[in-house]
Amino acid sequence: MLQGLSELLAEYNVLAAFWMTIKLTVAAAIGALLLGTIVAIMRVSPVAVFRSAGTAYVTLVRNTPLTLIVFFCAFGFYITLQYRIGPQNSPIDVQNFRWGVLGLAIYHAAFVAEALRSGINTVPKGQAEAARAIGLDFRTTLSNVVLPQAFRGAIAPLGNVLIALTKNTTVVATIGVAEASYLMKGMIEFRPDLIYIIFGIMAAGFVILTLPLGILFTTLSRRLAVKR
Amino acid sequence: MTAETSVLFDAPGPKARTRHRIIAVVGSLAILALLYLLIRALAAKGQFTAEKWATFLDPVTWTAYLLPGLQATLVAAFFSIILAIIGGILLGMGRLSQLRPVRMACGAFVEFFRAVPVLMMMLFAYYLFLFGFQISGAALPLFGVVAGLTFYNSSVIAELIRSGVGSLPKGQQEAGLAIGLTPFATLRLVLLPQAITLMLPSIVSQLVVVLKDSALGFLILYPELVRSGQTLASLQGNLIPTFIVIAAIFILINYLLTRLAHYLERRLQARRRGPKQPELETVMSPTLPGGALEVSGQT
Repeated sequence: MLQGLSELLAEYNVLAAFWMTIKLTVAAAIGALLLGTIVAIMRVSPVAVFRSAGTAYVTLVRNTPLTLIVFFCAFGFYITLQYRIGPQNSPIDVQNFRWGVLGLAIYHAAFVAEALRSGINTVPKGQAEAARAIGLDFRTTLSNVVLPQAFRGAIAPLGNVLIALTKNTTVVATIGVAEASYLMKGMIEFRPDLIYIIFGIMAAGFVILTLPLGILFTTLSRRLAVKR
Repeated sequence: MTAETSVLFDAPGPKARTRHRIIAVVGSLAILALLYLLIRALAAKGQFTAEKWATFLDPVTWTAYLLPGLQATLVAAFFSIILAIIGGILLGMGRLSQLRPVRMACGAFVEFFRAVPVLMMMLFAYYLFLFGFQISGAALPLFGVVAGLTFYNSSVIAELIRSGVGSLPKGQQEAGLAIGLTPFATLRLVLLPQAITLMLPSIVSQLVVVLKDSALGFLILYPELVRSGQTLASLQGNLIPTFIVIAAIFILINYLLTRLAHYLERRLQARRRGPKQPELETVMSPTLPGGALEVSGQT
């Protein structure tokens, strides 16, 4: 078994595949956080049009399979319509990566928005009422009383979104980005005799990636939790 | 203004209302402009011509591609959710077991399969069935999809069951033990039925996740809706219209399921707040006398 393990690690660049997974995760997480924050602000804004637009985004995106969104980006916008992100002459795998990141960001933005909104929902109405009662104006109420509590309440759900995003980066294997599950498929096809070891390596990789994230966010949310 | 946003904003006065109206007009224009740019980008590439969409008026498109694809998606989701509920209940019971080894084994199983991506489990199951069990033919991809979805979702449902049991009043367990039921019988006859009822909305929401994840079967050649749509699109040369139609189908089904989950949740809340004698109801609903007798004889 050890021999099989060393053979596989010598023959296939597992670390490079997981590095790609990490790159996808970080890039998509930044995109999802930006887009999701905008959508969340729209969802809680006092203007009805923005609220409806935010709700529409979340409803449409959350109910569509991620696979379909990623295909829409890669096969639809890139292959069929020939739209490119960034320099026109960048190679296909770079374009696939960028469109994959965009698809991941669009999908997870809906979940980020929901996480932020649920953070706002953890703040009791009495907090805002108390702030107004002691004479704070709108801006101070928001920045000193409501939002600090809302962000703390959003940590745990945001952590869950990040963990889900890490695992969901495997979906871009369907458009040929050489990340962990893409490598796993290739490895099993060439070495079916070592299937258990291959699955073990890859699964262990994801446990190593997601477990610390889970522990970190649980600790953070517990430590920063607002005592009520 | 809805109640949930009121923590952030005061009720608007006349000045604020005017300002909101102006922002609303500017905002709608901005949103419309964005939509217009997207639609124009698609139209410029000829995605809204009649011929690209005429395929969907042809009954063959539906009978030969989309409906069989939808059926395959629903079949995979159906088997997966049934197996996941069974597996989830067993694993959840295992995590609540009195025996430390059982608790730890089930805990490790649940944590492991929640950490591994569904697509990897599908790939593993697919190739294991192919190479390990020499299964081939049309059933192979279905087995792969169902196995991958089942492992992941039974772990999720196990956690739902566990948190459902955890949220029950302590008196439920104490009462079960006090009338002489064993810990296992208390779990099975008193706690689990209530926990499952409590978690029903979440289980329905999980069905949405299963339906969406079944699209991952694309990679192991399962002819679900996205793959059959792609086959259709490559034949007709209308990839984007087909994807829009498929997305609409998914959104419609999943939206209805989400509404069902909300409806169930509201009903459960209404029941918990129930006007008359809620205690009587919770005591009476979970157990049947026959079941109780059977278990006391068993242990």
